[in-house]
Amino acid sequence: MKTQIQELRTQALADIESAGDAKAIDELNIRYLGRKGLVNDLMKGMAKVPADEKPLIGRLANELKNDLQDAFAKAVEKFGSGKEAGDVVDVTLPGRPRKVGGLHPLTTINLEICDIFTRLGFDIAQGPEVELDYYNFEALNFPKDHPARDMQDTFFVSDNVVLRTHTSPMQVRTMEKQKPPVRVIAPGKVYRCDSDITHTPMFAQVEGLVVDKGISFADLKGVLTTLVHQIFDDKTPLRFRPSFFPFTEPSAEVDIGCVMCKGSGCRVCSHTGWLEILGSGMVHPRVFEFVGYDTSEISGFAFGMGVERIAMLKYGIDDIRKYYENDVRFLNQF
Amino acid sequence: MLVSLKWLQQYVNVDADPQEIAHALTMAGLEVEGVHDRFAHLQKVVVGEILSAEPVKKSDHLQVCQVNAGGQTLQVVCGAPNARAGLKAPLALQGAEFPDGMVISKGKLMGQVSEGMLCSAKELEIGANAGGIMELDDSLTPGQNLAEALILSDTIFELGITPNRSDCLSMIGVARELAAIYGVEMTLPDASLPEEGGAVEDVTAVEILAPDHCPRYAARVIKGIKIGPSPDWLAQALLAIGIRPISNIVDVTNYVMMETGQPLHAFDYDLLEEGRIVVRLAAKGEKFTTLDSKENELEDDMLMICDGKKAVALAGVMGGLNSEINDGTTNVLIESAHFSPMSVRKTAKRLGYHTEASHRFERGTDHEGVLFAAQRAAQLMLQTAGGVCAKGAVDAHPVTVEKTEITLSASRTNEILGTDIPFGQIVKYLESVNMEVTPIDQDAMKVLAPVYRVDVSRPEDLMEEVARLFGYDNIPTTWPAATMEIHPSDPIRDFGLKLRTSLGGQGFREAINYSFVGADTPQRLMLAESDKRTRTLPILNPLTEDQAVMRTSLLPGLFASVAVNINYQNKDLALFEIGKTFIAEKGRELPTEIECLCLVLSGAATAPSWQGKAVRTDFFEMKGCCEALMADFHIENAEYSRIEDDSAPYLVKGQCAQIVCQGQRVGVLGKVKPEVLKKFEVKQDVFVAEFDAAALLAAVPDALTYQAPPRFPATDRDITIVLDKKVEAEAVLAHVRKMDQEWIRALEIVAVYEGEPVPEGKKSLSFRITYRSDSTTLQDKEVNEVHERIGKELMEAFGAA
Repeated sequence: MKTQIQELRTQALADIESAGDAKAIDELNIRYLGRKGLVNDLMKGMAKVPADEKPLIGRLANELKNDLQDAFAKAVEKFGSGKEAGDVVDVTLPGRPRKVGGLHPLTTINLEICDIFTRLGFDIAQGPEVELDYYNFEALNFPKDHPARDMQDTFFVSDNVVLRTHTSPMQVRTMEKQKPPVRVIAPGKVYRCDSDITHTPMFAQVEGLVVDKGISFADLKGVLTTLVHQIFDDKTPLRFRPSFFPFTEPSAEVDIGCVMCKGSGCRVCSHTGWLEILGSGMVHPRVFEFVGYDTSEISGFAFGMGVERIAMLKYGIDDIRKYYENDVRFLNQF
Repeated sequence: MLVSLKWLQQYVNVDADPQEIAHALTMAGLEVEGVHDRFAHLQKVVVGEILSAEPVKKSDHLQVCQVNAGGQTLQVVCGAPNARAGLKAPLALQGAEFPDGMVISKGKLMGQVSEGMLCSAKELEIGANAGGIMELDDSLTPGQNLAEALILSDTIFELGITPNRSDCLSMIGVARELAAIYGVEMTLPDASLPEEGGAVEDVTAVEILAPDHCPRYAARVIKGIKIGPSPDWLAQALLAIGIRPISNIVDVTNYVMMETGQPLHAFDYDLLEEGRIVVRLAAKGEKFTTLDSKENELEDDMLMICDGKKAVALAGVMGGLNSEINDGTTNVLIESAHFSPMSVRKTAKRLGYHTEASHRFERGTDHEGVLFAAQRAAQLMLQTAGGVCAKGAVDAHPVTVEKTEITLSASRTNEILGTDIPFGQIVKYLESVNMEVTPIDQDAMKVLAPVYRVDVSRPEDLMEEVARLFGYDNIPTTWPAATMEIHPSDPIRDFGLKLRTSLGGQGFREAINYSFVGADTPQRLMLAESDKRTRTLPILNPLTEDQAVMRTSLLPGLFASVAVNINYQNKDLALFEIGKTFIAEKGRELPTEIECLCLVLSGAATAPSWQGKAVRTDFFEMKGCCEALMADFHIENAEYSRIEDDSAPYLVKGQCAQIVCQGQRVGVLGKVKPEVLKKFEVKQDVFVAEFDAAALLAAVPDALTYQAPPRFPATDRDITIVLDKKVEAEAVLAHVRKMDQEWIRALEIVAVYEGEPVPEGKKSLSFRITYRSDSTTLQDKEVNEVHERIGKELMEAFGAA
């Protein structure tokens, strides 16, 4: 019996040694270690072994089994298992479809802008879209019957109520509730009765307001330059030029170097090399008076920007109406 | 406003090219929106020499001309009587584009080929003469570009003047800015004139009965003029800035308005009864016909210019038909007045007018410029229409306008601008725009702004002057010194962001629709009269009928999105929108704004692939989405039940449910009725879920508390019962839960089956009960006991088998 075990071991190890591939190893594995394999056959002979030899022969037989298992394991490592070799799929077939959703591009840009300002320590405020004339115009220094009101084509709900034409009412609403310092941005929907390839009757704006002691026009330039550099890149040139908004004085329009043609002139920038993207200025003392701030103590700046325009420039969208059509072939691109 | 560089150069001499000037104006706050070559339309017009002119057979006036166009001879058919051999005249070549849009192309006239067009001065807008082709000087070379040959050049700036800068709505105004920017002198036109008539007081008088509306009114009278076309220089000046010449008298009033910014009106003096002017308010309901032949019904706060008996002009807006300058006019009264901006604006707005005059009066005109403008107009009328001018002007000015005195601090200016501009430099900047500056001490100064600067009344206005003349580009770029503070964030906004992220992760695309919808939307949704969503807020001036009211539900917008997508062949849709709805409130000015969330599913829930067919979306797909949303926000107590009231009439009765958390309805879901979809032009099944964001947020647990995973294993047992088809699954589960077994941990529906071998009217319901104890590993025997008891009890309760 002892010899039999020894011969089987020698034979098996030699066979494993000479096997050339995974298939041969599998066959050998079955031949030696299978349920009806040679090792089990040998084990059946145990019954005939004299009692005093049983412990020794039993130990040797177990050693043989373990050694062969090890040898096969090593061989499988070397060649791989024959079972695995049959475990094949066409990896170029598509996966099981999952639905992929996501945010509207205006939401994405809105969040990007909000993120920049929250990193700078701004609060975010939201307010009513149907607004009192007082907040939308009066307290922003647009007196009744003033031509400045013509700058914004207004949807009226009544003599005294409008769809807000800008997010600027949030300046007044915020300052009514909060004493300086104020650092806030107010994103939201606004409405103007205007509709063509560059205007939709509803669009998105982000308003910003900073009020504190010692706030200057130079600070306004600093914050808006940072904003533009964060949204586009830090090589984007900016240009501040005098303009007019009733609620700021001095007022500035902010142009950026055309992101399409890099300033050499194209259709998007009407061949000027510049794109208007922000309105801004130092808060007009009249506005501070409306909310009861002491104008000798504090100063501040405000700004507002159109989200559609920024998204158009970032993504190269050429028709503003696409934003509100909700064609999934458009939405899926963002 | 269009501005001609040539015209500006009459007052100020700036040595810079047009592009540079445009940039300087823009950076000083007068935005140049376009720079145009005034004679761009002459690019393909050359000097032509007529070599021969032969009459065309069968035509009474056409001639065939052979024209030397320099290097080539072209055949041109011409109808002008003065076309003759030897004449040099402007020749428009093929491709030339005229100001009226006409493009010259090769064609045939009466069988004769014509390869160009011989033009009159008027056709080319370089002169007034339309009586035949323009006769050019014989010394000009054929083929030479006409603009070059005649030395025609001018640049037109298109300016966007902001509403505060009414002082720049004129050539002199823009010239003043250029003088300040470039630091050069400017010259005002000489308006001296011969006054050979009698005293003006002998021929007219002005009485102002409404001084609040009309602080000043000046009049001049010229007799014996002759109406005719304007001379070329005048017509050309107006054409350059886009104004059509009409007649000498009218053109002069326009010219002087464009020159000085002071709107003028000329009356036919003989049509003024009693030869005098009365300025008064209209009577309510008074009728007045303006010179555009429109009859206006007036209000009692509208200002009228009248003669001794009747109204003759709508003050500051438009003259009357009854006193208009006409071909027979020989005597003229010139009006140059200052009207209250608010008065003119109200009148113009209400009557629907926006004229060059009202545009300027509304923004504020120069109280002190009234007399100069009247005199300049009289001077030019004498020059262009002859006549004799009465001595002096009647000048009624019941109200005087004082210059505003402003105290400006140099240090505060620098503080606000973030600059370090010396005191003396600030003074210089202010003086360059005609401010009178008197230093008070080393920091303060007293500043008097010219009356025409209606926008300057406070120190900040002066700071802007300093800033723009210093140059915004030269102001440094700094960071604000900031104190650290934090305020609570807006919970609804934060929640909105989390919802968007969660739904995006579930495969929904965010849609954004307009906040306004058609007024009939509540009816289309079949809403009950008592439903608050019928309380729409109408817009007084909507752009279109389908944007007439503020939305009270997100559904109509999303239905439109679905319809649009189906049109585009995008049929498998999962969209959501988060936005406000607006409910009008009686007795309150502002509506209630409610942040809502709405989901829609349509088409296939699972797209077809090589592994299987498409799976159509259904109620349970949408319910699964709702459940996943709840799970994402840890809302564990949501109950879904039938909607018994009429709050969702647009949903199929048998396929809709409300979602209730702690007794509060947070949303509804279901299948939309096909007849409702039809009204929104949607042609396939749509499933929706609607939530009130605030209600949903209220159901979100404030804080999460960690639970250690159970230490002892759970055991599952399935149970299948056959029961009446109408019994809802939740009733069975609720019954099991109520049995309050301390070991029951979860109940899960495994299968629902109807049909053979289950008897008619019955269904089989299989569910799995998960048993687990917190203190020990349960033995099979004890679980079986409980499980059997439950089975028995269910059979009794539901008559089940």
